[in-house]
Amino acid sequence: MDSIVGKSSALTWAVNISVVLLVLLWTIPTFGLLVSSVRDKDQLVSSGWWTSFSKVERNLIKRSAPASEQSKVDDLYVLTGNVFGDKKGVVTAFGWRSQDPMAFIPGDSVPLRKGKMLQINADGSYLLTSPIPFTSKRGSRLFVTSIEEPIFTLNNYSEVLFAEGLGKSFLNTMTVTIPATIIPILIAAFAAYALAWMEFPGRAIFLAMVVGLLVVPLQMSLIPLLKLYTDVGIGKSYLGIWLAHTGFGLPLAIYLLRNYIAGLPREIIESARVDGANEFMIFVKIILPLTFPALASFAIFQFLWVWNDLLIATVFLGNNEEQLVMTGRLRELLGSRGGNWEILTASAFVSIFVPLMVFFSLQKYLVRGLLSGSVKGG
Amino acid sequence: MANLKLINAGKMYGNVPVLTDINLEIKKGELIVFVGPSGCGKSTLLRMIAGLEKITSGGLEIDGELMNDVPPAKRGIAMVFQSYALYPHLTVRDNMSFALKIAKVAKDEIKTIVEEAAESLQLTPYLDRLPKALSGGQRQRVAIGRAIVRNPKIYLFDEPLSNLDAALRVATRIEIAQLKEKMPESTMIYVTHDQVEAMTLATRIVVLNNRGIEQVGTPLELYEKPLNKFVATFIGSPAMNILPAKVVATGAVTSLTLANGAVAEVPINTADQYLDNDFSIGARPEDMLLTQSDEYLFKGNVSYIEALGEITLLYFNREEGAPVIVKIPGIAHFERDQELKFTVDPKKLQMFDALDISCKYHD
Ligand SMILES: Nc1ncnc2c1ncn2[C@@H]1O[C@H](COP(=O)(O)OP(=O)(O)OP(=O)(O)O)[C@@H](O)[C@H]1O
Ligand SMILES: [Mg+2]
Repeated sequence: MDSIVGKSSALTWAVNISVVLLVLLWTIPTFGLLVSSVRDKDQLVSSGWWTSFSKVERNLIKRSAPASEQSKVDDLYVLTGNVFGDKKGVVTAFGWRSQDPMAFIPGDSVPLRKGKMLQINADGSYLLTSPIPFTSKRGSRLFVTSIEEPIFTLNNYSEVLFAEGLGKSFLNTMTVTIPATIIPILIAAFAAYALAWMEFPGRAIFLAMVVGLLVVPLQMSLIPLLKLYTDVGIGKSYLGIWLAHTGFGLPLAIYLLRNYIAGLPREIIESARVDGANEFMIFVKIILPLTFPALASFAIFQFLWVWNDLLIATVFLGNNEEQLVMTGRLRELLGSRGGNWEILTASAFVSIFVPLMVFFSLQKYLVRGLLSGSVKGG
Repeated sequence: MANLKLINAGKMYGNVPVLTDINLEIKKGELIVFVGPSGCGKSTLLRMIAGLEKITSGGLEIDGELMNDVPPAKRGIAMVFQSYALYPHLTVRDNMSFALKIAKVAKDEIKTIVEEAAESLQLTPYLDRLPKALSGGQRQRVAIGRAIVRNPKIYLFDEPLSNLDAALRVATRIEIAQLKEKMPESTMIYVTHDQVEAMTLATRIVVLNNRGIEQVGTPLELYEKPLNKFVATFIGSPAMNILPAKVVATGAVTSLTLANGAVAEVPINTADQYLDNDFSIGARPEDMLLTQSDEYLFKGNVSYIEALGEITLLYFNREEGAPVIVKIPGIAHFERDQELKFTVDPKKLQMFDALDISCKYHD
């Protein structure tokens, strides 16, 4: 007996730990994306997001003031300034050769070639002296290692939303996604009720056909459909893509919802029938509220699928500002701004934000037990 | 006047007949109980009356009107399901108002009707709860309340108490009896498996078996005067003992010999042609009387004893057929394998012919 109890609790631990690990595994990249997207773009390229909360140590290459700014003090020619310019920073080491950029500690006065001396203080101010005049027009190179405060900013977001055109694409995606989620659900709910609870000839065959449609690859129908749209005059338009998504989503929606609705207790429906409700009232007042968990699940699936879709949008919508959806825009950004991580991370986060919200707002409807209390044992 | 009338009503599922030629008249204000073995079609018959199941042959009249094609809501019936069938997403109040709202009754009126019904069913404190926050008994009362508010001509109950525990079942049974008393005008049809419910509630019991009605009568009629062996064994618990017997003398008093050699003289008239026929006689467990004399009707060794306190049941296994059961009032001290002899008052004996028809009450 004891061993069984012990075993099961060890098992529970194993389960809990693996769940925690899995959750971490799945959320850490998202979190990293979020952190990266609000970092300063200079910091972003120099260190990973996991270091972003501590002060950053950076190796900078600066130049001293040009020769034109030299002044003569006593016998020496002098150049002064601050390696940080107007900004603030702390120098932890400096050097003057690229082979050894961290050779000296701040405050030291070190000899360079030809009797020159260099001193860089912790606050970044430097003093460069020489017995002969400086000639370099660009100033000489100074290597400093500095500590910087982490910088968080929403500039990346404002840039992608307003300057890079992601804002407009965001609206376009919304325009596609919301109707393309609601329309199939509405149609499928009606169809599912009919297929589950209404007697009509050919019901079984109809259902079999719907299930059969699940195996048809949608890629196969893209070109014929687009041709049809062009012939009918819909062309590349939002109406076209709504219809396309509706069509592609319906078989699964009908199938899922029918199974759920068919599982509702028969007595509840008969009871409503005896109470005088017609089919439409039964559907609206009894079936729909009870089917909410299934509707919500399907809504999440369909929403995510449409939101993340690139293929269908590429086929059925144009590439112009008015119709370019977010996935399309992201693809373009990847091409044109592939090196700008701050742009890509912010864009990525903009594109996953809405699906996340949809999921969190609907997930409470995914709980089971909505039927409890209706029939025996419930 | 008949409130409800079934005329040769029948039901086929595809090619399978489930009920055939049901003829039944139910008068206004009766409480009719359908009993029968599982699967005999009680629920089906009830659902045919409710309009949830199509009547495939014959007809159903309510108040003289043919109802075959009238939708359930227009038949003036209300149904209480075994599984309650409450609307889980609606409060008790909304559950009870549902039908009235659909019938477009005025709001104030709905409120009065619902609150009145809730009051009479002691549901007032629960009106704003969801069904899941109610106990089984309360749920069943809501289901009954939902029927009451519609003020139907006919109430249909399909095993309404079978999900409740024993104590609650008794309490709710009494509530239903009281409800019926308060509404002498309304007719009720009640399906049950429970003998006690059937015997206590019914004005008349309909025994269904084998696709049809075996017998219709008041509870005591069925108990005392079963028309055939099926009703004789179905009504009463434990069931009536059936002993095979051969007719040896006919006339005003029929003599039969039993398998064990005993002779029974039954005061029932039989025609000469039945001589030598294989009949059977029936004796209720409580009519079996202990005897010491050699003029016994049944002799056997006790194979099992059930002492229930108020009664003691003795079981006697037989080579074939169900064991013979004897019911003795009070606590009786017997032992296993003890040999006992019993007689039965001949007037209380039932006699069934080779076709299982009662010779006593069937003409
Ligand atoms: N949809 C159906 N198709 C075919 N046969 C059916 C169907 N529904 C019920 N039956 C059959 O009809 C017969 C009567 O069923 P019904 O439910 O009326 O029995 P019942 O007397 O209510 O039984 P119980 O006491 O177990 O509730 C059963 O033998 C059943 O198998
Ligand atoms: Mg039944």
